[in-house]
Amino acid sequence: MSRPNPITPGLVIGLLAAVAFGAAIPHLVTDFTTYQFTLAMIYGIALLGLNILTGYNGQFSVGHSAFYAVGAYTAAILLYHFEWNHYATIPAAALVTFFFGFLFGLPALRLEGLYLALATFALAVATPQLLKFDLFEHWTGGVQGLFVLKPDPLIEGLSQDQSLYYVTLGIMLFLMIVAWTILRSRSGRAIMAIRDNPIAASTMGVNTALYKTTTFGISAMYTGVAGALSVFVTEFVSPDAFNFFLAVNLLVGSVVGGIVSIPGVIFGGLFLVFIPNYAQDISRLYPWVPPPWAIFGIFLILVVYFAPYGVWGGVERIRAWTQRRAKG
Amino acid sequence: MALLEVSGLRAFYRQTQALYGVEFSLDEGSITTILGANGAGKTTTLRAICQMVRTEGEIRFAGEDITGLSTEKIVALGIAHVPEGRGTFVRQSVEENLQLGAFTRKDARAIADDIERVYAYFPRLKERRAQQAGTLSGGEQQMLAIGRALMLRPKLMLLDEPSFGLAPLIVQEIYGIMARIREQEGASMLLVEQNANIALNLADHAYLLETGQVVLGGESSIIRDDENVRRAYLGY
Amino acid sequence: MDLFLQLTLAGLAIGSIYSCVALAVVMIYQATDHFNFAQGEMAMFSTFIAWALLGVGLPIWAAFVLAVGLSFVAGIVIERVIVKPVENAPVLNQIIVFIGLLVIFNSVAGWIWEFTIKPFPSLFPKDLGFESTLISPHNLGVIVLTLAVLGLVFAFFRYTRIGLAMKAAAANPDSARLVGISVGWMLALGWGLAAAIGAVGGILVAPIVYLEPNMMSGVLLYGFAGALLGGVSSPGGAVLGGLIVGVLENWVGQYVPGGAELKLTFALIMIVGVLMFKPTGLFGRVVVKRV
Repeated sequence: MSRPNPITPGLVIGLLAAVAFGAAIPHLVTDFTTYQFTLAMIYGIALLGLNILTGYNGQFSVGHSAFYAVGAYTAAILLYHFEWNHYATIPAAALVTFFFGFLFGLPALRLEGLYLALATFALAVATPQLLKFDLFEHWTGGVQGLFVLKPDPLIEGLSQDQSLYYVTLGIMLFLMIVAWTILRSRSGRAIMAIRDNPIAASTMGVNTALYKTTTFGISAMYTGVAGALSVFVTEFVSPDAFNFFLAVNLLVGSVVGGIVSIPGVIFGGLFLVFIPNYAQDISRLYPWVPPPWAIFGIFLILVVYFAPYGVWGGVERIRAWTQRRAKG
Repeated sequence: MALLEVSGLRAFYRQTQALYGVEFSLDEGSITTILGANGAGKTTTLRAICQMVRTEGEIRFAGEDITGLSTEKIVALGIAHVPEGRGTFVRQSVEENLQLGAFTRKDARAIADDIERVYAYFPRLKERRAQQAGTLSGGEQQMLAIGRALMLRPKLMLLDEPSFGLAPLIVQEIYGIMARIREQEGASMLLVEQNANIALNLADHAYLLETGQVVLGGESSIIRDDENVRRAYLGY
Repeated sequence: MDLFLQLTLAGLAIGSIYSCVALAVVMIYQATDHFNFAQGEMAMFSTFIAWALLGVGLPIWAAFVLAVGLSFVAGIVIERVIVKPVENAPVLNQIIVFIGLLVIFNSVAGWIWEFTIKPFPSLFPKDLGFESTLISPHNLGVIVLTLAVLGLVFAFFRYTRIGLAMKAAAANPDSARLVGISVGWMLALGWGLAAAIGAVGGILVAPIVYLEPNMMSGVLLYGFAGALLGGVSSPGGAVLGGLIVGVLENWVGQYVPGGAELKLTFALIMIVGVLMFKPTGLFGRVVVKRV
């Protein structure tokens, strides 16, 4: 059975153009804006993790902030206490979060839909308190958290922010390609089959348990990498930055970008970085406008009502519609 | 006067069409049966009357077009539907099931009287009045479902395969009671059945449904006695 | 020994509040198969409404009754307007709507009333006419009032027509329609009741944890834990679960080293533990899944 090759010339040109544009950005805008775009890409990587788990594998997580926190704290601790090289902390954070994700994936096997959402909700709510626990205080810095420094530029002539931008861009593209490859393979089909009909999948010989826990691990790993990168950018970790509202943020980003998509995470990330700023500006100008989070909440509900497939889902629908029109 | 008139009825489950222009009528005080094989659209027809599926076409009850009304409103107009599979409230008691049947009524004293009347028809239910409905046997649950419908004091009863899954003796018992109900309450009934024999014995009129359309209609005595029709359509 | 008794009684008091939240969670779950993640924030908002009513001079009990009544109405409106459109949508969409509600209530409360902690008066007088070192007047009042409220709720479901109709609509919506019950409005009523019960819980807990927009997140978590422990298909079980969780929380806080600071983690462990080892809870029913 042959399937149409999705790698069309149009797609390749489009991708190259996008990458070229992405590469040009740091030279077109200020350092601060570059920093914002970097943050958007970091969110994008985190969203990729959430999409893989919830969009493609059907395991609902409203607690991905916990894995983001684990990645961030792993990097921060290695930098602060052990003075590791910045970039070496990324694979370390990836490994640690994969481990925790896989571990959480084990009890998650017994939990379906709503119940898993509940368990991850509890995880997200409990995380800041866990991070403040005085037994760990020596390592985590307790309530005050830890300060670290941005890495030095990798290439002469670039500023720290610009260098960080390219590192993040490279990691994001790499992770997107990895995700795309996995999801297009037999494993990917198994992952999606588990989402659509777990009982049928297991009767077809798919080792559902292994796939689900591994997917949980991979998903956590992606979000953990994002957490680690975020430490480079913000130069700071503290427990309350990783509360339930971060998990909500991630959910919003996923839904807006399109929870069953890879490219959509870019839109999600941009949304998460830039929209709250606009919302806050508007709030300041017009005091009768509700605060950004309320607008987020309203927006979330409206998106679910009218466009639950997100931006990328919308793009795909338009593409499918034009293809149908072309065929006549 | 026709109590129920159905014309040009099309029914849809999402995008799938199940009825292709069903046409029949039912007179007040009569029992009409709709027969047909599995998948012919008999249950769909009853559901369509209660507006539980999307329909096009006309359904007139006591002269009024009821398409587009909500199921709850149609029930309030006096149509009681005994659904496929009984539809018992399994966690509620027998008596609570009957009380629920009278939900749209306000006359408490009369409701209490009606519960006793139902028990008179179905003494077995009275024995089990405090029992959880889910613990009743299939036949008893069918009796309970009919009793619940009676609690509405309906102008029209819709019954979906009351014989389904029941032993022949119980089926006879139930059908005997249905005959009595017809005599004493004057209830009009639209009866869907796969067991054509027993339905034709009770009903005045019969319609035959095949893949979503009426292919035959007439007095049940004629249909029952016509050997060709029986062999071709009813399998006996 | 005295300490143990004090702890246990205090645990029963806070547990009663968890029972309120657990009952609200179970009511919505039974009617709709949803977990209302926004339950806590709705209760918090109701408590702020009560606080605002106090601010315009209402006596505390009047503010209480009015706030609970308004919450009842608000619950109905929220179900009909916001939840209904996703009634038949995929579970993820429903979850997202509830989280959206959570966020809206939380931030609007902070916007109107700010995030500073405010003291909230107890419904109950400090002077009970008798002295007890074992239990504070407020806690005693909490236990008594919650029992009364829960008793009313159970009586409602057991002895009234509407209560029976609500149970029927939740158990078998199709058959409920066939007896003329408007299932949609039964759902709305369920939400209204849940919102009202949640408001009671919020107003009772505010004197203990102080009033601020984030006051209910821990309580909600414990409410969920209690509901799961008791069994989400059993309202009575949910109440018992809440009480057990409250008592356990106090015991762990006192007798387990570090326990006092890890209360939320304890709730998390309980939730995951119950879901893993006894997902139907102590009193719930097992649901067989048909392929």
